Amino acid sequence: MKERVVMQLDALPMHGRGSDSPTMWGTLAFMLLEGSAFALCIGIYLYLLVLAPQWPIGALPPRWPAGTVMTVLLLASLVPNYLVGRWSRENDLARVRLGMVIMSVLGIAPLIVRVFEFRSLNVWWDTNAYGSILWLLLGLHSMHIATDVADTLVLGVMMFTRHGSNSRRMGDVEDNVLYWNFVVLTWLPIYFCIYWIPRL
Amino acid sequence: MSAPRSQPVNDTQLDSAGLARRLSQTWATPKGLWGALTTVDHKIIGRRYVVTALIFLALGGVLALLMRWQLARANNGLIGPDLYDQIFTQHGSNMMFLFAVPVMEAMGIYLVPLMIGTRNIAFPRLNAYSYWLYLAGGLMLWISFALDMAPDVGWFAYVPLSGPQFGAGKRSDIWAQMITFTEVSALAVAVELVVTIFKQRAPGMTLQRIPVFVWAMLVTSFLIILAMPAIMVASTSLILDRLVGTHFFNPAEGGDVLLWQHLFWFFGHPEVYIIFLPATGMISAIIPTFVRRPLVGRLGLVLALIATGVLAFGLWVHHMFVVGLPRLGESFFTVSSMSIAIPAGVQIFCWLATLWDGKPVMRVPLLFVIAFLVTFVIGGLTGVMVASVPFDTQVHDTYFVVAHFHYVLIGGAVFPLMGALYYWFPKFTGRLMSERLGRWVVSLVFVGFNLTFFPMHILGLEGMPRRVYTYSEQMGWQSLNLLSSSAAIVLAAGFALFFIDLLRSLRRGEPAGENPWNAATLEWATASPPPSCNFVHIPVVTGAEPLWENPETIEVAEGLRADRRELLVTSLTEARPVARESSPRNTIWPFLAAIATTVMLIASIFTPWAMVWGAVPLAATLIGWFWPKGTPEDES
Repeated sequence: MKERVVMQLDALPMHGRGSDSPTMWGTLAFMLLEGSAFALCIGIYLYLLVLAPQWPIGALPPRWPAGTVMTVLLLASLVPNYLVGRWSRENDLARVRLGMVIMSVLGIAPLIVRVFEFRSLNVWWDTNAYGSILWLLLGLHSMHIATDVADTLVLGVMMFTRHGSNSRRMGDVEDNVLYWNFVVLTWLPIYFCIYWIPRL
Repeated sequence: MSAPRSQPVNDTQLDSAGLARRLSQTWATPKGLWGALTTVDHKIIGRRYVVTALIFLALGGVLALLMRWQLARANNGLIGPDLYDQIFTQHGSNMMFLFAVPVMEAMGIYLVPLMIGTRNIAFPRLNAYSYWLYLAGGLMLWISFALDMAPDVGWFAYVPLSGPQFGAGKRSDIWAQMITFTEVSALAVAVELVVTIFKQRAPGMTLQRIPVFVWAMLVTSFLIILAMPAIMVASTSLILDRLVGTHFFNPAEGGDVLLWQHLFWFFGHPEVYIIFLPATGMISAIIPTFVRRPLVGRLGLVLALIATGVLAFGLWVHHMFVVGLPRLGESFFTVSSMSIAIPAGVQIFCWLATLWDGKPVMRVPLLFVIAFLVTFVIGGLTGVMVASVPFDTQVHDTYFVVAHFHYVLIGGAVFPLMGALYYWFPKFTGRLMSERLGRWVVSLVFVGFNLTFFPMHILGLEGMPRRVYTYSEQMGWQSLNLLSSSAAIVLAAGFALFFIDLLRSLRRGEPAGENPWNAATLEWATASPPPSCNFVHIPVVTGAEPLWENPETIEVAEGLRADRRELLVTSLTEARPVARESSPRNTIWPFLAAIATTVMLIASIFTPWAMVWGAVPLAATLIGWFWPKGTPEDES
């Protein structure tokens, strides 16, 4: 088949940022997928609640301080997270480096609070189905925090190497920012389920 | 590292022979074991997926034959109840999770990038990883079968049978982790396909011009993304109940056994469409080529695909009509189940109209389409029947249901798949399959299938239950069972001939050339088999049937680099070029990450701590995967 050239592409940028980046769309697709999993787990929580004669089953409601500290901490982290996103769009390497250090700390801190959260549930995973779903919800969300923290740490280290000045890395940071927003936002309905529904 | 180490080479700087050579160098997969383990080429991985899935099809078919042998006469002592339980569980799990879903995704992995005019799938390393995980999950299931520890609780593993109280040993754990392997792999491929279709279409391929097969893969991928988390959550809760003593499905401690059924069928019903929609896409690709005219009602077909995808999530309870749910709920699910006949009907009539208005050339792929139409319509009709609660109550758990779903799955998905393999085999290999043998295959499979499965409708109405390893003579089921079992030999002969034709044509098939069927879509605009870069120049699309609009010349774009793996990113709806994006080189890390995942998942069956220590090598391999390699692909 003969070819006829009708279009020139060499003026295009050498990689896509924002909605031109396939990685961002991949991150969105994974958020949809993991969001479905969170929604299903919340569905299980509500399903078991409807079946149970009393809720919580055989336990006091979780003590609220650790979970609330967690919520405040996560919501507060959205501010530096937003700034890191803006700095990476501006390709401001120095600030992005600083931002990644801050976000690493703000990622590790919730994991420490999470330990206290597990201990303030007032129920074990093998006590009854209520305990099982609490531990599943909290465990699933902790895995998401841990995954994002690992990603933030590796990316943060990378920003201090010779690879950091690449605009591709700034795209990676943007995706990491996007994903952290997801991790924080999915926490809110879980927080409501675990700490507030038993008190309603 | 933004400074390039060597001078970039643009495609405009080379003559056509030099460019083709340079591109195939850049995109090549080296020969030998290292090349095989490190490749990220969607064609090689797609082909591997297809071959692996076909091997699982053959193995699952052997299990089916064993069951038919056992049921051929009353009180048969060939297979005992324990082995029979393993066999039907293995057959169902294998066919659904190791054959049907992977083979449909595999066709997408191979064909979608070619049909939309790009050089590789999005996230090619994830694609490689997904294949290795799929292979590991399949091997785990079949090795456990060889060791007499295969799952024996049915392909849907209902609790409490599969739970800690009744499911002793490791059999159900193996089922649950097989789910994890195959679903992680299916989900990864779904994400790749969505992004490929959204962002890598050739310039000018607007939404209206996307081939219907690609639309089908897009809708399917979204179904996977929304439905498969349900089975992952379900199998995870099951394995937690079994291994660490949670109580999700234990009624004594506030759990519920029906919760399992809801979770399973919230996945399980969309699963049917995850298998069926790609098959309809194949039909929509084959028919226009062999009747020499564009599809009638193209827009209607695409909307029907989307409507089916949406409705698929409102049907799951029709698998649970006999568990005693509220009547109002049952009525709702009857209505939604029957309403799926509307988009299915729209598709059928669009195809019939296309056939009617065209000049059909009766080659083997089209014969499979005809076989599909007849068989699938019968299966669809029994589907409308079992959507009704009183009827379903009567035939639930009988051979009527077995007949119904084999009609929709084999008639609705395997026939189109076989047609599609005859149709695209020349693209995969450069050679045509045999027309003469193909006609034998169609006839044997069609006749064998109907004679095997039609009698099961009657057996079901006569009350023969599913999953029984034998029955007594007084039941009067002997002659129909014998008919079914004898016909299964004809069906198996058809499949055997199909495999023989595949192998024979690899070496001795007639050379195909670029476009042996004179088809209209972009995969036929490149060599057969395609070069490692797919297209030397990215095509520019101006219509829905690009190769029919101008059979002599193809409009292309230039200006991509030839010294690094580069492809074109376009906008979501209009497919305007927006960036030149690099695509990763071959790498061993996805293979290593898959090994680390496999060790973690299999070890977790024996100790939950494997999820903790197993995460360490997994994280290490993932860091190796993502760490920049300083290749030209890293430039920005």
